[in-house]
Amino acid sequence: MNSDIIIIILATGIRLATPYLLAALGEMFVQRSGVYNLGVEGIMMMGAFAGFYATLQLGSPLLGIAASLAIGGLMGLIMALVSVTFKAEQGISGIGLYMFGWGLSGLLFRLYVGGITSIEGLKAIKIPLLSQIPFLGPVLFDHNMLVYTAFLLVPVTGFILFKTSWGLNVRAVGNKPEAADTLGVSVVRIRYQCLIVGGMLAGLAGAFLTLGQANMFADNITAGRGFIAIALVYFGRWSPWGILLGSLLFSLADSFQSMIQVLGINFPYELAVILPYIVTIVALAISYGRVWAPAALGKTFQRGTRG
Amino acid sequence: MNFKRRGTILITLLVSLLLVISGCGTKTPTATPTPEAAKEKIKVAFVYVGPVGDAGWTTAHDAGRKYMVEKMPNVETTIMESVPEGADAERVITQLAEKGNKVIFTTSFGYMDPTINVAKKYPNVTFMHNSGYKTADNVGTYFGRMYQARYLTGIVAGKTTKTNTIGYVAAFPIPEVIRGINAFTQGVRSVNPTAKVKVIWTNTWYDPAAEKDAGKSLLAAGADVLAQHQDTPGPIQAAEEVGKFGIGYNTDMAKMAPKAVLTSAIWNWGPFYVKTVQSVIDKTWKNDQYWGPISDGIVDLAPYGPMVTDDTKKLVADAKAKLVSKSWDVFTGPIKDQTGVVKIPAGQVMSDKDMLAFDWFVEGVDGKIPAAK
Repeated sequence: MNSDIIIIILATGIRLATPYLLAALGEMFVQRSGVYNLGVEGIMMMGAFAGFYATLQLGSPLLGIAASLAIGGLMGLIMALVSVTFKAEQGISGIGLYMFGWGLSGLLFRLYVGGITSIEGLKAIKIPLLSQIPFLGPVLFDHNMLVYTAFLLVPVTGFILFKTSWGLNVRAVGNKPEAADTLGVSVVRIRYQCLIVGGMLAGLAGAFLTLGQANMFADNITAGRGFIAIALVYFGRWSPWGILLGSLLFSLADSFQSMIQVLGINFPYELAVILPYIVTIVALAISYGRVWAPAALGKTFQRGTRG
Repeated sequence: MNFKRRGTILITLLVSLLLVISGCGTKTPTATPTPEAAKEKIKVAFVYVGPVGDAGWTTAHDAGRKYMVEKMPNVETTIMESVPEGADAERVITQLAEKGNKVIFTTSFGYMDPTINVAKKYPNVTFMHNSGYKTADNVGTYFGRMYQARYLTGIVAGKTTKTNTIGYVAAFPIPEVIRGINAFTQGVRSVNPTAKVKVIWTNTWYDPAAEKDAGKSLLAAGADVLAQHQDTPGPIQAAEEVGKFGIGYNTDMAKMAPKAVLTSAIWNWGPFYVKTVQSVIDKTWKNDQYWGPISDGIVDLAPYGPMVTDDTKKLVADAKAKLVSKSWDVFTGPIKDQTGVVKIPAGQVMSDKDMLAFDWFVEGVDGKIPAAK
């Protein structure tokens, strides 16, 4: 393997990590606040469609991104309404949201587009100077803006979660909602905020698929990536750096397996495909029971009762 | 691009969202009534595995249905889209039989057992299952010799490549796909004996993002023409983006990547659907296992892109004439496998049975078939 091939594998891996990273960082906030949203996949599909359709109509991928953020946030709001205000069981509401997003994105595509249509998606932006660095330049600094956004969000979300008072409130609400409530933190408001932010990021993850990767929309375009993102939140132990590690594990294995096949390297590519799943399952299995998780995760909050 | 229009779109999105929230979002089967010209109408139903707008497999079948509706005004069709293979399909097919459909086309391999099961309960309904191998008194099967069209597209690819490396994005290592890769490679090597066909397996039929990335990997490895056995235009779009070439599949994919698409290997189900339904009306239908050759027109090439030379077109036309006259078929010996062993001796023609069980690559394919079992 020469260095060109290694550059391609790494650069592709970095690029393919984007949807996992965006969706999982969003879901991290949601779970940190004590809610798990299994509807990520459905939100991604809606975000993918909104981004695609706005770009198709308005000719600008930036407006597409704005649309995906808006629709993603709206989907998060629906989840908040159902699971926080109406206190529906979170798992069921999330699955409902997933099916709703799948059905609706497919229906809107049918009604307003009809068939497979290509769009001009996001272009790669070479970062001046940095992209000139041998090896690292093409690997890290020659991507579209959503890739940069996703990776920058790792330290940013880490800072928000651990160094700001809002982040502290989020963590408090996810661990001891009664205590947070007593101290005057609105559990409902924090959970609404997290679900909306999580929805926006999931919408953005969907937009990456239609604007940054496929340059078209198709029914069920997410193909399970939203569910992998949820698993990555557990794998990454609700921390941005852990999620980054998990996302890269998946995407690099994916990029590696296609190169194994193309270059005829004597290594079973199927193994590379399933490796990240095995690592995830093993990591979840051996850490089960010992790993810290938001204590109130999955529990609805009822003021005046003790969790 | 003015604000008004932008606002309208957003409002439309929101309103549709709300509409669906209020409960009108379930997918309903689309019925296509025909003019009330004819007295005695015959009801025909189609079960699709994908949405009609997939630009691939299901779009091709639905184009066939539309062709039939146009040709046969006394036919009324019903379609069911995105029907999962397996138990769900059985319920859907039962419903269609119950609703008085006289002919039901089930258009995916995974509908095989459901079709057979339902057919037992409705002996007066004619069932046609696409791409399977099980028949019954009222169940026939149908498919086309796509490998013949793929051979012809191979000629185009072989004449177009400059790097002598052609990429092939393939779904799953099953005989149908392997047969297509082999036929394509035979076509490539018939005009360019030094060219190689690199294969990548995606293990998906319908994931545009993943299929496009598989195409990118092949391009990165030096391919300058991409062929595909996938149901989305992902691979040809990867080629379009870097100014390379591609060959579409299922339907004419030229409009999805106009600068890249040389031609597409396409399905043309329409005439077959007309013939089948007519035979049911005439009571001459038989439970055949139809594997239609290119001479029936069930498989074909889409119109060429402007970059294809007359010289290439002539080579394709000559090869097609041989196929149509049935004086020759794609897998006529001598044919060697990847290791150079002669698998089909000179003068011998591969039997249908062997073709339907293809599990080895011909010489010139650069790729591996994952070990079975």
